[in-house]
Amino acid sequence: MGTEQIIFYFFAAVLVFAGSMVVTVRNPVFAALFLVLAFFTSAGLWLMLEAEFLAMTLVLVYVGAVMVLFLFVVMMLDINLAPLQEGFIKYLPVGALVALLIVVEIAMVVGPRFGLDKIPNPVGHAADFSNTKELGRVLYTVYVYPFEIASAILLVAIIAAIALTLRRSRQSKYIKPEQQVFVKRQDRVRLVSMTAEKKQ
Amino acid sequence: MVPLSNYLVLGGILFCLSMAGIFLNRKNVIILLMSIELMLLAVNLNFIAFSHYLGNIEGQVFVFFILTVAAAEAAIGLAILVVLFRNRHTINVAQLDTLKG
Repeated sequence: MGTEQIIFYFFAAVLVFAGSMVVTVRNPVFAALFLVLAFFTSAGLWLMLEAEFLAMTLVLVYVGAVMVLFLFVVMMLDINLAPLQEGFIKYLPVGALVALLIVVEIAMVVGPRFGLDKIPNPVGHAADFSNTKELGRVLYTVYVYPFEIASAILLVAIIAAIALTLRRSRQSKYIKPEQQVFVKRQDRVRLVSMTAEKKQ
Repeated sequence: MVPLSNYLVLGGILFCLSMAGIFLNRKNVIILLMSIELMLLAVNLNFIAFSHYLGNIEGQVFVFFILTVAAAEAAIGLAILVVLFRNRHTINVAQLDTLKG
């Protein structure tokens, strides 16, 4: 067994362990931390598959931003954990059975006996090969239109997240401009005709 | 060299683990969201494995877009979760039945 295989099996074992801990652990904070471990381990696997840019993106974007957001929300919400654990034992047999069956089915299809071993092992790229440059070359030429759509999706996500969670503070008083524009003179000024008063 | 089917079986195991997580934690919205993230990770692993072994970089482009959409989905999902908790004081899926669906 070569070094690469040892590294692969170690990373795979850590990944499966972290994934199973995410779905079984009681405390959501620990689940989020095990999810961080899973993302980090898969970034290692992606490095073995020569997808360096995406591995770095996974660590930066997922571990750095999305999981911090998850942890932030988990810690901010004051959750009563006891009712959320109901039915865990009850659904454990059927969940484990269905998952096991699907694993066996997938392993039968993509396993080594189904012709996938006909795909030759790729030759590694040279040391000066830049995965980022290659990915950017495709992304900014062939896939430039989906790339723009992806940026629009991110913008929509930003605006939606802010609009959903924004809560106006009740203390501040402000003028509604649309009502202020339509104010007429009669609404504000009342002319009163009085007789002139005598000088005392 | 590690053959391609090892990566695919690993992706399959991860996908089924997260699916079992949806079965088991059906009351807890946060764990459900985490399970969906884990599922997307398994799919991405398959994409990158195929991209490497077939020598075609477009699988990595797909993973790039999946990462973008997954980040947007996580942000909006967590925002909905915060609003939900603010209004109902629970994240138990069984109690979120206002729509009587």
